[in-house]
Amino acid sequence: MSRNWEVVIGLEIHTQLATKSKIFSGAATAYGAAPNTQACLVDLGYPGTLPVLNEEVVRMATKFGLAVNAEIARRSVFARKNYFYPDLPKGYQISQYELPIVGEGELFIEDADGKQKRIGITRAHLEEDAGKSIHEGLDRHSGIDLNRAGTPLLEIVSEPDLRSAQEAVAYMRKIHSIVRYLEISDGNMQEGSFRCDANVSVRPRGQEKLGTRAELKNLNSFRFVEKAINYEVERQIEILEDGGEVVQETRLYDSDKDETRSMRSKEEANDYRYFPDPDLLPVEIDEEYIAAVRATLPELPAAKQQRFIEQYSIKPEDADILTTSRALADYFETAAGATDGKAQVVANWVIGELTGALNKESLEIEQSPVSPEALAQLVSRISDDTISGKIAKEVFEAMWRGEGSADAIIEAKGLRQITDNSAIEAIVDQVIAANPGQAAEYRAGKDKLIGFFVGQVMKETQGKANPGAVNKLLKDKLSG
Amino acid sequence: MTALHLQTLTELKAGLEKGDFTSVELTTALLERIGSLGPDLNAFISVLGDNALAQAAAADAARAAGNAGVLCGLPIVHKDIFCMRDVLTTCGSRMLENFVAPYDATVVERLAEAGAVVLGKANMDEFAMGSSNETSYFGPVHNPWDHARSPGGSSGGSAAAVAARLSPAATATDTGGSIRQPAALTNTVGFKPTYGRVSRYGMIAFASSLDQAGIITRSAEDAALLLGVMSGFDERDSTSVDVPVPDYLAGLGGSLNGLRVGIVRQHFDAGLDEQCAAAVKAALAELEAAGATLTEVDLPNLDYCVPTYYVVAPAECSSNLSRFDGVRFGYRASEPKDLNDLYCRSRGEGFGAEVKRRIMTGTYVLSAGYYDAYYLKAQKVRQLITDDFQRAFESVDVIAGPTTPTPAFKLGDKTDDPITMYLNDIYTIGANLAGLPAMSTPCGMVDDLPVGLHLVGPHWAEGRLLQIAHQYQQLTDWHKQAPEAYT
Amino acid sequence: MSLDKDQVQHIAVLARLHLADDEFAETVQKLSRIVDFVDQLVAAPTDDVVPMAHPVNQAQRLRPDRVSEPNDREHLQQNAAETSDGLYLVPKVIE
Repeated sequence: MSRNWEVVIGLEIHTQLATKSKIFSGAATAYGAAPNTQACLVDLGYPGTLPVLNEEVVRMATKFGLAVNAEIARRSVFARKNYFYPDLPKGYQISQYELPIVGEGELFIEDADGKQKRIGITRAHLEEDAGKSIHEGLDRHSGIDLNRAGTPLLEIVSEPDLRSAQEAVAYMRKIHSIVRYLEISDGNMQEGSFRCDANVSVRPRGQEKLGTRAELKNLNSFRFVEKAINYEVERQIEILEDGGEVVQETRLYDSDKDETRSMRSKEEANDYRYFPDPDLLPVEIDEEYIAAVRATLPELPAAKQQRFIEQYSIKPEDADILTTSRALADYFETAAGATDGKAQVVANWVIGELTGALNKESLEIEQSPVSPEALAQLVSRISDDTISGKIAKEVFEAMWRGEGSADAIIEAKGLRQITDNSAIEAIVDQVIAANPGQAAEYRAGKDKLIGFFVGQVMKETQGKANPGAVNKLLKDKLSG
Repeated sequence: MTALHLQTLTELKAGLEKGDFTSVELTTALLERIGSLGPDLNAFISVLGDNALAQAAAADAARAAGNAGVLCGLPIVHKDIFCMRDVLTTCGSRMLENFVAPYDATVVERLAEAGAVVLGKANMDEFAMGSSNETSYFGPVHNPWDHARSPGGSSGGSAAAVAARLSPAATATDTGGSIRQPAALTNTVGFKPTYGRVSRYGMIAFASSLDQAGIITRSAEDAALLLGVMSGFDERDSTSVDVPVPDYLAGLGGSLNGLRVGIVRQHFDAGLDEQCAAAVKAALAELEAAGATLTEVDLPNLDYCVPTYYVVAPAECSSNLSRFDGVRFGYRASEPKDLNDLYCRSRGEGFGAEVKRRIMTGTYVLSAGYYDAYYLKAQKVRQLITDDFQRAFESVDVIAGPTTPTPAFKLGDKTDDPITMYLNDIYTIGANLAGLPAMSTPCGMVDDLPVGLHLVGPHWAEGRLLQIAHQYQQLTDWHKQAPEAYT
Repeated sequence: MSLDKDQVQHIAVLARLHLADDEFAETVQKLSRIVDFVDQLVAAPTDDVVPMAHPVNQAQRLRPDRVSEPNDREHLQQNAAETSDGLYLVPKVIE
């Protein structure tokens, strides 16, 4: 990417709220039902039907607003966004326009230099999701499934404060983590519960005026957000450097080809004719309500990260990773609490072995076959020198396979570390005796050979000798 | 015994209770009358013969079992704007020519629960857009007082059916005068409650912030009886208001002594037919003689009512009618060549000229560049008009005047110029803009054509309006006059 | 005419209304008439007036988050012109 250009990105994140019923009707919101079996009279826009607002969406939006330090509108208004599309049954989407429920807020991400960077949130508003069009396998037709129509969405709009695809992803991850902490969304990106549009533009470095932007639609994974933005930035820079002009338009990211392309069909004659929905009245929220919702807020990722650093003395970057989700953070805390001051070791294990094993089998932390208490026991056995770190990995694998607790496995497999110095000493002597050439070289100054000797001793003891003790004995004997 | 079709709802209720006749007998008699006299009037889009007789039999059985509801066995007609489960519900449009509603409107449900029998679905202006019933896809309704004339609209079928004694009562809806204007032109009682009093759920929307369901009857007493059943909070309508429903029947008594009646001078300006003015003034004198005081009140923004309405109503209608796209219900153009063609032809062919005109007007006033000048401006003027009424009601209990500028006009007379037609609602539209309860009651005849007295009250004053009309009806018998051919 | 043909055509596109040729000419004329008529609102004294969206002066009521509508697809699709395997059909949408 050229150093002469500055990238400017703003994100509009659509997050489905995890309600049981729809925003304006009593139809279910469960994912994956047979087509149109969760689309009731109201969702289908049947003549004469009317919307009634779900109280839970108001509570969830309020929660989100409080979590990002935003102003909660005491009075917000639903408006109609008018356009025709098959997946939009009423010919208008009920959304919020002039008076959204959540006003200006903020959150912090880490920029490329590891510094905290403030990202402004312009607003967050409630709206209903549209249905889905199915284009394959229906000959000259498209099929319309309106199960998703009326699912509540919170659209979170950022300021154009993001300066790279990496920052955009970092911001999106923060929002993702917040909505899951708040339990207002399952954040499931495969199912479309969490998706985003990105407004991307570039401008010559130092220029104040924003460049012409393109809106990238429906980015439904962190990876796609990054790739789509990077592609788009390259495309725009190329156009500008060739003396061309960027066209303001909506573009769709094609993940198969890794490119964005123009969606002209969506552009033609767009005039949404927003006006207040006369079927709904203004939503009013008072101080008491806000205080009650505030009292239910959990500890949020940023606060938790800070507390982990202070309380457990773990590395800031580890605290960041461990607080991505509430479940992961809880796992860590339970495990760390069950060891005696070995939080950093626990962190290493959770981020390393455990996460690796979970990813390999596509499991969530909640599904881990190794409980935090069990992991804590394993870590304790390392710290009390019962086993070495290396043996611990073997024990962990056995635990993962369900062979029992760390203690049981160590016992059953005889993995206990040899701490009896006389026993180790005998093996050390034996190894030195068996390798006179190397011993001579070491003594002649080739210090690196210590590793060879340690390896030989560990081999003889099947890794059960305490590495520290082995090291010390070898050095004593070889220099002696 | 008075012939059944000539009896009011209240009289029929007493007859059923005494066992003078059964609901099946009553229903049969009215269905026969509808069969013989209905077609010439074109007041019905559907007659629900079998359905009505089954409901009547069930009502008789319920009464025999001691489970008679308030309206047990009493026949009514529904304007074809109310969804009725598994029954054709057309809204007067080709768009819904074959639409079988899968559910009951709250109004339909409440009246059914009280035991009412539904004789049929009444003709109406297409999507309630019209003041003459001439925009109906199913043809115009004829005024029982003179078949060459319009019964008014949009609830023209409801009014004609009641005036012709085909049904003692009919539901109706009023967005700008659609209950009161036809009532005035057919010598019936038309009542539009306060906005939010009766649920809009299941009533096909024209302009959501103006639409209100009500009734057309032959007496204020009958209106009170029905309104008590239809009214009340409905959790399915966000704009339904949770205000207790008083016993309207119990409130009909009491004198008019001390009643403060407001008169608006502009109501009697040039636009009003002189003979109509005389009839209305006579009615006002009657009220005065009964102890009421007449005071002039000022509604300075009255002239803006019609233009305000013709921005707000089309704006809402343009959006409300977007759901008719030929996909899930309603008319679908044959062999569309693509999606856009499906939309444009289904809507172009399914909607009639007036509906399209209003959709176009509404689309225009909401479109980029015009929103502030038209829609937002109209919303502000709407506030001014509402404030005018509120100020007026600080000094009077009710505002009285003419319901319409002229008696019933000839079919075809006003179809060329939309504005001439729109101005028919000049006296009634204010109540919709401000959400006020209002009614029309018969108050005179001009060349054998009825004239209506319009009463508007402050919010939730339904009971007061009914009491005034009822007392007036005790002093006069205009409301008892029937068109000669239908007695 | 306060509205020209192009404006009326644009409105018809926004509103997805096909108008036959004779109908179109009449629409241009009548729509202009209506627009001229409502233009008199310009004179209304609305400085500092708050727009009134609704005659009901109360807050939106909230509904408990409860699933109350069971699947009624077969019944609800009886009004649809074309369905297949539970899907509503429209002419193929090309993105």
